[in-house]
Amino acid sequence: MKSSTRREFGCLTGAALLTALRPRLALGQAKARVIVIGGGIGGATVAKYLAASVTTIDVTLVEPRRVYTTCFFSNLHLAGLRPLEQLTHGYEALAKQYGITVVHESAETIDPSAKTVTLNNGSKLSYDRLVVAPGIAFRGGAIEGYDEAAIEIMPHAWNAGPQTRLLRQQLESMEDGGLFVLVAPPNPFRCPPAPYERASLIASYFQRSKPKAKILILDAKDSFNAQDLFQDAWNRHYPGMIEWLPAQFTGGVTAVDTKTRSVITAGETFKAAVANVIPAQMAGRLAHQAGLANQSGWCPVDPVTFESALQPGVHLVGDAIIGGDMPKSAFCANSQAKACAFAIAADLTGSTRFPAHLFNTCYTYLAPDDAFSNAISFQPVDGKLKTVLSFVSKVEESADIRRLAARAAEGWYDAFTHDVFG
Amino acid sequence: MTTPTPRVIVPSAAAKGEFFQVKTIISHGMETGLRHDDQGNVIPRKIINKFVCRYNDSVVFSVDLHEAISANPFFEFSLLATESGRLDFVWEEDGGDVYALSHQLAVG
Repeated sequence: MKSSTRREFGCLTGAALLTALRPRLALGQAKARVIVIGGGIGGATVAKYLAASVTTIDVTLVEPRRVYTTCFFSNLHLAGLRPLEQLTHGYEALAKQYGITVVHESAETIDPSAKTVTLNNGSKLSYDRLVVAPGIAFRGGAIEGYDEAAIEIMPHAWNAGPQTRLLRQQLESMEDGGLFVLVAPPNPFRCPPAPYERASLIASYFQRSKPKAKILILDAKDSFNAQDLFQDAWNRHYPGMIEWLPAQFTGGVTAVDTKTRSVITAGETFKAAVANVIPAQMAGRLAHQAGLANQSGWCPVDPVTFESALQPGVHLVGDAIIGGDMPKSAFCANSQAKACAFAIAADLTGSTRFPAHLFNTCYTYLAPDDAFSNAISFQPVDGKLKTVLSFVSKVEESADIRRLAARAAEGWYDAFTHDVFG
Repeated sequence: MTTPTPRVIVPSAAAKGEFFQVKTIISHGMETGLRHDDQGNVIPRKIINKFVCRYNDSVVFSVDLHEAISANPFFEFSLLATESGRLDFVWEEDGGDVYALSHQLAVG
């Protein structure tokens, strides 16, 4: 859609984005220091929007990895439809264009009372405000035998990167007629439609390359996100290929056996050719170390400023928070990050704080040319994030609408990752 | 800050029952409200906070704008040509100032 741009108006280009927002430095003011821990979607967005909006704040982003591979669209890689390189983004623009100090170390501990962060290289950084975007961690012990070694045999592929590559390799070398078992996690978890999008796209790959293969989803739940849309698509595109078994049917997955690549439920054992085990989740490690998570395993926050309800001066965004009606999605993390960045900027500059407006937009593939979408807005109501308006695709949408959504999703990906990393 | 200038690109004629494309932009610095002047006082926020397009007095496209919006906001959308008449475009700024343009459309 290159035909329609700002350029037609003659004087304005995309470069006007954000750079025009850059203020001059107020004279004689000491710079406030903000540290952002975690260079995923939420963390990178907070860092970028703070640095772009206020030059009187020094922004440091702490992220051990040199590049970030997006979880969203990684199911396309599993289906052989997108190289992982196209889903991988660096931090160069954040450093060079926005003047963010990017530190490629991991944050080991946070001391909220001393307002310091200790890195794994031993150095200590101090801050005026801290933003933690720790993402998710897996709950140990929920599935017997699913340990560090098992992850290399029966990958979760729920953090994109090497795990995604491993699962793709296993799917590629699987023989036609093999059984692919996907273990779907209990609520809440990162990206509610993603396990079922994964099954859909892998089915499209099997249909092309291994038409006798089967997919078995062993769910920890009795229903799932957009179930009507998925089941309609599975019947239309992949009749007889995908079987979904709810927890009430199997009694839930209790253990895995990596030697036989078996998934063991309360009632039955399923021997897989390839197994994808997505375990139960909680906030990332650092959230627990720093006392930011409550007994639920997730982090309670103020829904306006995203400041921790447990540790003043520390903000949290993204999958790790208790987000009320907001799902654990990259778009939500990005939206929360902007609200958080402007709340911090208003506090540190003594400016007026305006009410936050929060959104989710997401596209989900049912097949390479069949996608559905949703667009939801949220607002804080009585201390919780509540849905205000929502659009969700319907089962009866035409094939044309779905094809357009699949095309729009590609544009969404480019624009969205540019907003975060570009 | 220079005076905000709104502009639109709209066809002057369209066939009845067909969609036509509308492109709009307003050159506007979008003061963030996060800057200080030389005396250290906060410069109040001044952004375009609303854009509305009316087609013969009916609202056909409306957008609320908030923080994190870029300078010089650009919108492109499609409208269905139903009858000849007037398109009104209005941009509302923090503080109450309004910028407006009108456009005549012949539908045949």
